[in-house]
Amino acid sequence: MKKILLVDDEPNIIMALEYSLRKNNYDIFIARDGEEAINLIEKLEPDLVVLDIMMPKVDGYEVLEFLQQHEGLKNKTQTIVISAKHKESDVQKGFELGAKDYIKKPFSMKKLLHRINELLTEKQ
Amino acid sequence: MSKTALIALIFIYLGLLFLIAFLAEKNKGSRLVSHPAVYALSLAVYCSAWTYYGSVGMAATSGIEFLTIYLGPVIAAPLWIIVLKKIIQISKVYNVSSIADFISLRYGNSKSLGALVTLVCAASIIPYISLQLKAVSETFEVVSTSTIGIEGTSVLTDSTFYIAILLAAFAAFFGTLSLDASRNRTGVMFSVAAESVLKLIFFLIVGIYVTYYVFDGTSDIYTQAENQIDLKSLSSIDGLEGGVNWYFSIILSFLAIFLLPRQFQTSVVEFSNRKQLKTSIWLFPLYLLLFNVFVIFIAWGGLLVLGEQVNADYFTLLIPIAFGDYWLATLVFLGGLSAVISMVVVSTVALSTMLSNNLIIPYGFLEKLTKSKSVNNTKTIKSIRRISVFSSIILAYGLYSVFDPKLSLFSIGLISFLIIAQLAPSFFIGLFWNRGSALGSKIGIVSGLLIVGYTYLLPFITENILSDNQFVDEGFLGVEMLKPYALFGIDLLTPVNHALYWSLILNTGTYLVLSVVKKGNYRERNYGEIFVNSQKVVDLKENAYVWKGEAYVEDIQNLLIRFLGQSKADKALRVFRKRYAVNPEEQLADARFINFSERLLTGAVGSASAKILISSVAKEKPVSLVEVLKILEENKETLSLNKSLEEQSQKLMKLTSELKSANEELKVQDQLKDDFLDTVAHELKTPITSIKASSEVLSEDEEMPEKLQNQFLSNIIQDTERLNVLINDILDLEKMASGRDELNLKPHNLTDCVEDAIHGISSIVQQKQIKVEFQSSSSVITEFDYSKMLQVITNLLSNSIKFVKEGTGKIEIHLDSNSEEIYLKVKDNGKGIPDEDLQLIFKKFYQSKHQTYKKPQGSGFGLAICKQIVEMHGGQIYANADLEIGAEIIVNLPKPKL
Repeated sequence: MKKILLVDDEPNIIMALEYSLRKNNYDIFIARDGEEAINLIEKLEPDLVVLDIMMPKVDGYEVLEFLQQHEGLKNKTQTIVISAKHKESDVQKGFELGAKDYIKKPFSMKKLLHRINELLTEKQ
Repeated sequence: MSKTALIALIFIYLGLLFLIAFLAEKNKGSRLVSHPAVYALSLAVYCSAWTYYGSVGMAATSGIEFLTIYLGPVIAAPLWIIVLKKIIQISKVYNVSSIADFISLRYGNSKSLGALVTLVCAASIIPYISLQLKAVSETFEVVSTSTIGIEGTSVLTDSTFYIAILLAAFAAFFGTLSLDASRNRTGVMFSVAAESVLKLIFFLIVGIYVTYYVFDGTSDIYTQAENQIDLKSLSSIDGLEGGVNWYFSIILSFLAIFLLPRQFQTSVVEFSNRKQLKTSIWLFPLYLLLFNVFVIFIAWGGLLVLGEQVNADYFTLLIPIAFGDYWLATLVFLGGLSAVISMVVVSTVALSTMLSNNLIIPYGFLEKLTKSKSVNNTKTIKSIRRISVFSSIILAYGLYSVFDPKLSLFSIGLISFLIIAQLAPSFFIGLFWNRGSALGSKIGIVSGLLIVGYTYLLPFITENILSDNQFVDEGFLGVEMLKPYALFGIDLLTPVNHALYWSLILNTGTYLVLSVVKKGNYRERNYGEIFVNSQKVVDLKENAYVWKGEAYVEDIQNLLIRFLGQSKADKALRVFRKRYAVNPEEQLADARFINFSERLLTGAVGSASAKILISSVAKEKPVSLVEVLKILEENKETLSLNKSLEEQSQKLMKLTSELKSANEELKVQDQLKDDFLDTVAHELKTPITSIKASSEVLSEDEEMPEKLQNQFLSNIIQDTERLNVLINDILDLEKMASGRDELNLKPHNLTDCVEDAIHGISSIVQQKQIKVEFQSSSSVITEFDYSKMLQVITNLLSNSIKFVKEGTGKIEIHLDSNSEEIYLKVKDNGKGIPDEDLQLIFKKFYQSKHQTYKKPQGSGFGLAICKQIVEMHGGQIYANADLEIGAEIIVNLPKPKL
């Protein structure tokens, strides 16, 4: 089973995501902020991280930087950013830091699922 | 009255006057103390004991000649004011502290001239003070023993000695409060004014007593006098001879009103505003006239009651005593004492300033002063002045004790006038003629003094002390032309006027001739120019004196620090730099700075020393006369041009800076607005995202368990509520900012409001295990909008809750108030506010720069709304910047009168 780490400080969003992804047979883990996310990534080495940007303590960009700096993880773990930061420069920055996709909030659950499935099958 | 009782009375009276001086010094700004009449009345220090007793004596023995002493100033009042204005103008710009300083400054800060003038003043004042002491001692005897006759007393048993010492202490203390001798001495002047009022009232009382109680009014005295005494000689001017004498006497008193150091002190040094002159122009002559109303009647009445054998000087005391009215004699005595006190105190203050600034410091102490520290310098200078005060009074006392009791007050007083009159040519001509030179002035004064010595002092001594008439009758070595009272055969004048005539002629002649023959140096000419065109000084200020040379700002600054102290020197420097927009980095001193510093030093050490001090650190190059005049003219023109240019450029600069700051403000506003919109967007999108995701999940999964379905639905409701709060906050803020929202002001207890707010957050507080403490000094009832203030307090508390840690968090609320303000402080031990954000947190569109780190909870407009509400209440809200741990927000509300 593919491991997916959901990173967001909004519990309601997490809840909806978690429910849908579990139904699609993914193994789901949850982090409430960037710091927690980095810890879990090191421990679990997930296949995919669904990452919010604006979070307390350590933000999403820093999580992306962390992933880039770890050669081992860089190839294993992919990232999809979900963020309300909608400016072109924000999106650009996300891609530059290695995100596979940048989906603006509010996102369509269907589209997000589709992208996740796509990325994880592509890899296989 | 017994001697002991009288002595006790004197000391009580002195004590009262000291108290008056002390209180006036303490209440400098009060309306009474700063009233222009105080200045006008302090000028009446002119009426010394000599006036108080002597003019009656003069009227009884020589007739109405006494009037000249008062007519001089009265007749000349308009002219006096005009000339005085000019003198004051110059003196105030140059911090002149005495007449010696004034004359020395006019002749190019001449050190020797300043010293000479000081000596002349001392020679004039010290016998004059002796005269005052003599009056005190004699009248003391009259009142305490009811007779005239001085018993031989030793210094230690002589009450006059102790009075003299007390006066010295008074003058030494109140006269030297400020190092800058050109500053006003409020306490002394107010007590002098008070004494002027007292002496006039007491004198009028005795006048009325003699005229209307002892006699039956003025016509009664006149008729009786007509029958019994030779009235004609006492009430008319005798032909041409008398007329000429009158003329000279009036001139003499006119000169005295300017030149007597105590008059210069009261009229120039103590001057502080224009109103004072306006009041003086009528009040001072009126005072002199009032003083003279009853003189004639007291004199005639005295002659009628007591006969010609009694010392007429003391008629005012002896008439009441003759009728058994001892209380009145005592009152008159106190009036006379007042006249003595003010004269002695003001004269010694003036003299001590001159002695220290124009004689002792420039000739003996300057080198020492430039080497020691500023604190010591202030002490040394003040000590020099205090010692001068004491030595002048002790010297005067010594002189008094060798005086022949037979000498009348009037004759000694005239010697003083004669000596001081020798300053007249240098003083007056120098004001209107720019070529007058220091050399001319010095030689003129000395030759005038020699003439006074020969034609008045010498015969005075041979006649009155040696009782030898040969010198007066036959002249020096028997030469007819050299008869001291009739030099070169002029015998029309009284000895005093004769001496005045010859001394002034020679003095003026020497001054004029020497000034023309030998030109003064450029310094003298420059100051000559300044004094003659005094308006220029006021306009040009530091540009009025032409200076060329090389000096370093730092050297001069050190000099200022040494003599004025660090703080005064710094302040002066700031003033200077501001006035001329001088670059603080500039190391070379220009002429303006040299002049500015010289003026500052003049107040402390006198003009001659100031010049020496400056030239000790500055290499001055001589400037030619032509250059002086040219530069002055140019300065005048460029100054007016500069002035308008400066005004223009200042306007422009102000405008530019206003534009700049407006632009900055706009930029900041713009940035904040962008950030705000970003935040709003983010904050709106977050609940929308959640709602959208939850709804999608719900709509696509029909098999979802009911429990989970309900959870998603409740999430949706929660997020909708969040959206609603956010939108309401934005609308609230906008409404208040645009002024459409009005306060519902009613008297409430603010303590209740705080407690309500605490109650509102109690469940979160319990959950997070945070301590909340509320301290209030007392219940604070004031007018405010209850629900809005509740919102403010709740907001502040919620913020604190957000930033403190669970378990260890602590929030303290303090409520304090005084009669005008209320303070509400909310303090926590949370993460605190970064320094750079202290000012910004209340900005309407503010979100912390670190917004990606600190995900805002709530709308993020809390503090902006708080600020809006507090300001609508007329209050202020701010963050305490001096906090190491946590944050403290302070709300400061004005307390409206209920």
